[in-house]
Amino acid sequence: MNEELIISGRENLMVDPHLHIWHWPIPLYLFLGGLAAGVLFFAALYYLMGKENEYRSAVRRVPFIAPIALVIGLAALFYDLRHKAFFWQLYTTIRLESPMSWGAWTLLVITTASFIWCALHIREFFPNWDWKYNWLKELEVFFNKYKKHLAWVILIFAIITGVYTGILLSAFNARPLWNTSVLGPLFLASGLSAGAAAIVLASKNREERLLFTKIDLIILGVELFLIVHMFMGFLASTQVQIEAAGLFLGGEYTMVFWIFVVIIGIIIPGVLDLMELRGRHIPAVIPGVLVLFGSLMFRFVFVFAGQVSRWLY
Amino acid sequence: MATRRQFIRISAMGAGAVMAGAAGLRLLASEITDGRKASYVALTGRTPTYCEVCFWKCAGWVYKDEKGSIKKIIGNSEDQNCNGRFCPRGTGGVGMYHDEDRLKTPLIRTEERGKQSFREASWEEAFDYIAEKIKVISAEHGPECIALFTHGSGGKYFSTLLKAMGSPHIAAPSYAQCRGPREVAFQATFGETIESPERTDIRDTRCLVLIGSHLGENMHNGQVQEMSDAIDKGASIITVDPRFSTVAGKSKFWLPIKPATDLALLLAWINVIINEELYDKAYVEKYTYGFEYLKAHVKNMTPEWAYGITTIDPTMIRETAREMANAAPAVIVHPGRHVTWYGDDTQRLRAVAILNALLGSWGRRGGFYRPESFELPEPVHPPYPTPKRSWRTEFPDLYKMADTVLANGLCDATIPDPSRHCQFQGWIVNGTNLIETLPNQENTLKAIQALQLLVVIDTMPMEITGWADVVLPECTYLERFDDIRVGPHRRPQIALRAPAAEPMYDTRPAFWMARELAKRLDLIDYFPFEKLEDQLDWQLKQVGSSLEEMMRIGVKTFDRSYDDLYFAPDEDVEFYTPTGKIELYSTSLEEAGYDPLPKYTAHEEPPPGFYRLNYGRAPMHTFSRTSNNPNLTDLMDENSVWVNPRVAKEWGLSTGQYIHLVNQDGKRSEFPIKVRVTERIRWDSVYMVHGFGHDDKRLRRCYGKGASDTNLITKVHVDPVMGGTGMRGNFVTFVTDLSGEEVMS
Amino acid sequence: MRYAMAIDTKKCVGCSDCVVACQTENNVPIGYCRDWVVEVMDGTYPQLEVELRSERCNHCENAPCVRCCPTGASHIVDGGIVLVTPNKCIGCGACIASCPYDARYPHPKGYVDKCTFCIHRVNQGMKPACVSVCPTKCMYFGDLDDPNSEVSIVLKKRKSKTLIPEAGTKPHLYFLI
Ligand SMILES: Nc1nc2c(c(=O)[nH]1)N[C@H]1C(S)=C(S)[C@@H](COP(=O)(O)OP(=O)(O)OC[C@H]3O[C@@H](n4cnc5c(=O)[nH]c(N)nc54)[C@H](O)[C@@H]3O)O[C@H]1N2
Ligand SMILES: Nc1nc2c(c(=O)[nH]1)N[C@H]1C(S)=C(S)[C@@H](COP(=O)(O)OP(=O)(O)OC[C@H]3O[C@@H](n4cnc5c(=O)[nH]c(N)nc54)[C@H](O)[C@@H]3O)O[C@H]1N2
Ligand code: SF4
Ligand code: SF4
Ligand code: SF4
Ligand code: SF4
Ligand code: SF4
Ligand SMILES: [Mo]
Repeated sequence: MNEELIISGRENLMVDPHLHIWHWPIPLYLFLGGLAAGVLFFAALYYLMGKENEYRSAVRRVPFIAPIALVIGLAALFYDLRHKAFFWQLYTTIRLESPMSWGAWTLLVITTASFIWCALHIREFFPNWDWKYNWLKELEVFFNKYKKHLAWVILIFAIITGVYTGILLSAFNARPLWNTSVLGPLFLASGLSAGAAAIVLASKNREERLLFTKIDLIILGVELFLIVHMFMGFLASTQVQIEAAGLFLGGEYTMVFWIFVVIIGIIIPGVLDLMELRGRHIPAVIPGVLVLFGSLMFRFVFVFAGQVSRWLY
Repeated sequence: MATRRQFIRISAMGAGAVMAGAAGLRLLASEITDGRKASYVALTGRTPTYCEVCFWKCAGWVYKDEKGSIKKIIGNSEDQNCNGRFCPRGTGGVGMYHDEDRLKTPLIRTEERGKQSFREASWEEAFDYIAEKIKVISAEHGPECIALFTHGSGGKYFSTLLKAMGSPHIAAPSYAQCRGPREVAFQATFGETIESPERTDIRDTRCLVLIGSHLGENMHNGQVQEMSDAIDKGASIITVDPRFSTVAGKSKFWLPIKPATDLALLLAWINVIINEELYDKAYVEKYTYGFEYLKAHVKNMTPEWAYGITTIDPTMIRETAREMANAAPAVIVHPGRHVTWYGDDTQRLRAVAILNALLGSWGRRGGFYRPESFELPEPVHPPYPTPKRSWRTEFPDLYKMADTVLANGLCDATIPDPSRHCQFQGWIVNGTNLIETLPNQENTLKAIQALQLLVVIDTMPMEITGWADVVLPECTYLERFDDIRVGPHRRPQIALRAPAAEPMYDTRPAFWMARELAKRLDLIDYFPFEKLEDQLDWQLKQVGSSLEEMMRIGVKTFDRSYDDLYFAPDEDVEFYTPTGKIELYSTSLEEAGYDPLPKYTAHEEPPPGFYRLNYGRAPMHTFSRTSNNPNLTDLMDENSVWVNPRVAKEWGLSTGQYIHLVNQDGKRSEFPIKVRVTERIRWDSVYMVHGFGHDDKRLRRCYGKGASDTNLITKVHVDPVMGGTGMRGNFVTFVTDLSGEEVMS
Repeated sequence: MRYAMAIDTKKCVGCSDCVVACQTENNVPIGYCRDWVVEVMDGTYPQLEVELRSERCNHCENAPCVRCCPTGASHIVDGGIVLVTPNKCIGCGACIASCPYDARYPHPKGYVDKCTFCIHRVNQGMKPACVSVCPTKCMYFGDLDDPNSEVSIVLKKRKSKTLIPEAGTKPHLYFLI
């Protein structure tokens, strides 16, 4: 028999009996960040491809989700900080080794950019909008002039944000479940599919819907591939990672992961997307909502399970 | 050359002469004095103290933070008991002071005993109540019918009070529930006792034999420190314990003995050491008496014989005997401390003493050194009246070797019984939680219910306070002066305890309480100093120190007065036994009608489905006194019952599960206890740490946490030689159905 | 200068004095701790072995907690001691998640706290509180760059190990085995 005990009664808050320092705000924040990144990515992409008018929802309307999502996400993040009064310290330094640090700066940029983008398209929702002050009007003119540059900034920072939501976790060598290079692309993919799903949900244009259904399907396929890849990587790795993967392969997170994330969040919407593309009419809400739900669950499951996984010594 | 005994007598007389002048300091106060404010030297950064979390009494320094609140306690590096390092309990002693569940005011009971209904009272009221009752009992039954149970510093002052009243009945649980058998056995063998701190020269030993002495869990500081030094120096440790104790994990040999059979192993060791002529011949020749009797006695007690009893492999017995002999005389067969196990404990400890004598370790470096205490003059007071009755008359022909009053004896003699002459009517209980301390709780409660007066002096609302008529809240050791610590060690040393803070709440030191009571009983002459600090200053000045000096240094070391730590080569040593020799064959036991040589007798074994209840210490707690301590409960807040995996499988038990234990008499543990499935315990026993399972709700942190071993010790095997209460002959089984029960975790 | 600590698992008795001493020295609130004691037991009765380890922050040379800190609150000072500046810490928890040894905890005041190697004592020439209280004297502290420091000497004399060396953190907490 082997017995390993902490005999000094340690019970540090949020650390024992296993790490639980991050609660719902973090996965919510990661989800909203990913969603915003996905939405903005497509907006900037199709704008730059000159498809602003074909895919009007994607470029001009759906991006309005982004600043809202980002603000809520940041609020959640702020809520989860335990030394809030010192929040500003984030912006006194840039520490490239710290995903949290460059993530904070990235979010600052992309949130600002997303606000500007929406401001430029505000008349989609309020046709008679008037900027009242002259300097605001001048700003609008200025950004319209440099809208391409702005789109490039958004495109790049959307990718960074999407990847960041994954790297934030994968940088933690200490948590074997997070410590895989697949997590960055996987979270990016998940964010993009959430973005695509949001566009499908919002778009009234059949062509646009079909395009994003297709994109969604491809990304879901990529996600599935990455998940398989991730497990193979874990199982071929050290004992700690095998144990970490075990959380999803018979361990306590098995059910939630396979049912909510994989089946409900990827496979079923994938099949529905496929059916839609084959001409069967599926109400767009169903796969869209499932994908968003799956993407959210994915963050929750990963953030929580990752905190349970640990080194053995 | 003066013998040691004469020397002590002379020095005591000398001190008496010096003090005669002190009578002038006597104060006759009639009004209640303020016991709160101590007039001590202005406090600088640190205050000297000695620890009261256990009875090792380490000396240290109390530090306060910027706000003046007690922050930490650090060992005094001059102190021999601790060498500048406290144990976890001593370090956590701050928690005793900060514990918000402390007793805060005097309490007087308002309903029947045990009902826990009290009202807050003023000190005057409380003292008047007690004095009144004492007067009534003394008048009706004689002052001898008042008994004092005490464990801890304040006992000194209540002892004075009792003796002044004319009662000799002062008992401590550290005798008949603890180390009594070893003191009697060593007294009978070497003419001297072991005392506390033990005179074991562990730091220089080459072989340390621990028989159920779980040093490292038993955190008696100096011994643990010296054991570590010995490990560093390459000493070998032999541990005899049915449980894989912490120290078993550090031992060269671990003998996983079948419980209750140690005496057979000891006799077999003696057999090997004699047969293989491994004993110290010159030493045995020069110093001992009765070797031939011993030799004949153990002739057939071979390792093979012991194997059948102890389950210890005969080669292992031989090998370990040789290991000891190789190290001799720098070998210690440790006498243990809590040795009241199976009722034949004095005889087991006699075997330990004999083994040490054969190895020549008594009086030798790395064996047992000769300790020396410091003598301080006592203040002068009128002679104590001679008591008219003694507890002994209640136990004719029993416990004849007991050299002090038995706590369990007093308890038994309190229970109404027509055959008793002196039925005790009043108890004063200071610093001992008798409910958890004496085995057979039912018996204790029966006695308590028969009392006219039960006064409890304590710092915490422990179980015993719930039964009291009057509870007097003492301030903690960090808030008071106490007597100078003079205890024995390699060099005579004294240590001061001074208050680091004023008493919190309406609490007071024991000295003041005893003196206030003395006033009301017209016994103030026995307390000539109004303030303890004045008495200490006076005492210290008699020996060339002063309170002022001790406040600065905390600990003062003196030169040894006459002899060396060890016997000189060929020294003629007079032992204080009837023969003047080390008595391998005990003439004093023989005269009293007991076996002069230890005999093995078999003990009862657990019935099927039952397991022997084994208990012991956790390094971070002292009995029940620390179980509500915020700093220490942080380390361990409940005990668990250790169960061997084989047994666990049979019963379907798993680690973390809560169960009840039920003993052979159907007594069920009051609270559930958590299971720990571990290979560290044998399949015929279970193990738990003593001191948990408190049932007084006022102890908010520890109420209902874990189970109490005392609860399950209903069968007591009393040692006929000295009255020790053998507590390890109880057996328990498991109850796993806890439906409808609330677990406090 | 590279401060390090070595703990003799052969002498440690698991008493947890190091934990209480740290609490009282460093005002670690009740319910929290900067150090803790682990017991590892192996075997079948009566063939048993046990290892006792007093653990704390390893003051890693390659400290992931410092790398992931977004504000620079977690930093390394002279002697290789890893510290947290409370007024720079935002309480994001990244460092807690990044420590493979779970050596950090959120202080109830919001910032993250951990073992400081008692730098306030060490700078005054004293030993860390845990080291100076340990009744078995099984803890050694000093400068690895000084061959005469007690930690260098004992590490030379005895076999030792660090925890999770494969995590690549280069711990400065050694266990004598
Ligand atoms: N079942 C069982 N019984 C045992 C033992 C066992 O292991 N198991 N061990 C036995 C042994 S070895 C011994 S020595 C005895 C010990 O027995 P006790 O000395 O009775 O031990 P505690 O239970 O700690 O009780 C001490 C009491 O003193 C109080 N106290 C603490 N500090 C102060 C103070 O400064 N002033 C006052 N007035 N009170 C204070 C505490 O609150 C507590 O109520 O128990 C014996 N009984
Ligand atoms: N931390 C801490 N330290 C303490 C105390 C405390 O409360 N807490 N109390 C102090 C006091 S007053 C005392 S008296 C001492 C007591 O401490 P010790 O005298 O060292 O210990 P015991 O309580 O007699 O014994 C407990 C050990 O005996 C073993 N044992 C049980 N049955 C048998 C048997 O049949 N044979 C053998 N060989 N071993 C057996 C148990 O497995 C356990 O390891 O501790 C002192 N030190
Ligand atoms: S051994 Fe520990 S509890 Fe006992 S007196 Fe010393 S420091 Fe205090
Ligand atoms: S104080 Fe020393 S012996 Fe006790 S647990 Fe800590 S390291 Fe081990
Ligand atoms: S042990 Fe943990 S907290 Fe300490 S330096 Fe290493 S990673 Fe950082
Ligand atoms: S919690 Fe504080 S110390 Fe830790 S990473 Fe965040 S800011 Fe840095
Ligand atoms: S070095 Fe200081 S801070 Fe670190 S564990 Fe020891 S006592 Fe605590
Ligand atoms: Mo004891």
